[in-house]
Amino acid sequence: MERSRNDVWVGLFVLVGLAAVLFLALKSANLLSLNLQSDYRVTAKFDNIGGLKPKAAVKSAGVVVGRVETIMFDDKAFQARVTLALESRYAFPKDSSLKILTSGLLGEQYIGIEAGADEKLLAAGDQVTATQSAVVLENLIGQFLFSKAAEGNGAQEAGGKK
Amino acid sequence: MSWYKPADTGYATRRLLAGWGHGARLLLRLFVLFGASFRRFGLVRDQIFFLGNYSLAIISVSGLFVGFVLGLQGYNTLQRYGSAEAVGLLVTLSLVRELGPVLTALLFAGRAGASLTAEIGLMRSGEQLSAMEMMAVDPVRRILAPRFWAGVIAMPLLAAVFSAVGVVGGYVVAVPMIGIDSGAFWSQMQGGVDVWNDVGNGVIKSVVFGIAVTFIALLQGYEAQPTPEGVSQATTRTVVMASLSVLGLDVILTLLMFSL
Repeated sequence: MERSRNDVWVGLFVLVGLAAVLFLALKSANLLSLNLQSDYRVTAKFDNIGGLKPKAAVKSAGVVVGRVETIMFDDKAFQARVTLALESRYAFPKDSSLKILTSGLLGEQYIGIEAGADEKLLAAGDQVTATQSAVVLENLIGQFLFSKAAEGNGAQEAGGKK
Repeated sequence: MSWYKPADTGYATRRLLAGWGHGARLLLRLFVLFGASFRRFGLVRDQIFFLGNYSLAIISVSGLFVGFVLGLQGYNTLQRYGSAEAVGLLVTLSLVRELGPVLTALLFAGRAGASLTAEIGLMRSGEQLSAMEMMAVDPVRRILAPRFWAGVIAMPLLAAVFSAVGVVGGYVVAVPMIGIDSGAFWSQMQGGVDVWNDVGNGVIKSVVFGIAVTFIALLQGYEAQPTPEGVSQATTRTVVMASLSVLGLDVILTLLMFSL
């Protein structure tokens, strides 16, 4: 094939374009750190996951140690079944407990792991039994109103007996 | 009803269908000529040089400005909710998913599409295309296909340059000017941007836009009336139709890709 002066410039153009794609993939989407770490999957059942979403962080002591992979509804237990992908370099005792927490007042929800004391470690496919659901604001308000109303009734009854 | 003749409706429908048929057949031929274009890559290369390299300046300058503006406006809104660090995420997602491919396609339609239409329309009105046919040279294979594939190759590269320069523009506004922490800027972005869902779909979008814009430009030039007015109308139609179809296709692609 014939060579031409344009070869250099077209080559540079294509390289600049590919470099831009690479920049977006590596720098803004962080392709390398996502795919090079192997992980193991652990399931857990929650009564209520609140606003938890797939790909939410799993943190222990504030450090991201994994991601939420899938969230499904289990129609046998009527609970949410959450699959977590934990990074292989982190191991946790078998009796570790999971909590759904919120970062900041209005922030994203994430799962916090608190390490237990068991000598055996969590392995792929295990199920974590000790879980604590997300705090749902409506339930909190409901409980508050209910306890207030109960107090009020108690006071009235006490007054009536006098 | 003397003003309405059913024959008019019939004629208009038939002409519309014939126009679509011509267009579809040309598009099919351009796709089939993929291999033939790349066997004579010199033709495609010269067109990439013309469509791509010469558009690089306008694309990167526009990308930088759009990145600046997104950074400033995004900061203005986000700092009310105390999450100014997310400005990097906002800039990158807007650029990679929407603004990069769409604005690049609009600029590409104005910068490269119009010149393609004018070039081919003038070839037609100067009867150069007919002369080629007389010499048994297929103008679709020799003239249109290299331009088409050059446009389809150049467009995603330009869109990627636009987005990347825009991200750098957003960084320049957010970190040195406003004073957001550099680490938080990048980590928020990396936490929220997915390689396949965001960057990959943006690339798919820009390929689709490249096909649409280049094809419309070539079709308008190829079917232009061989007069000065005809070429000028065809050039105008290229810019209008290419811009509208880019925006319309963007709605459809966004619905398919990001609506879940």
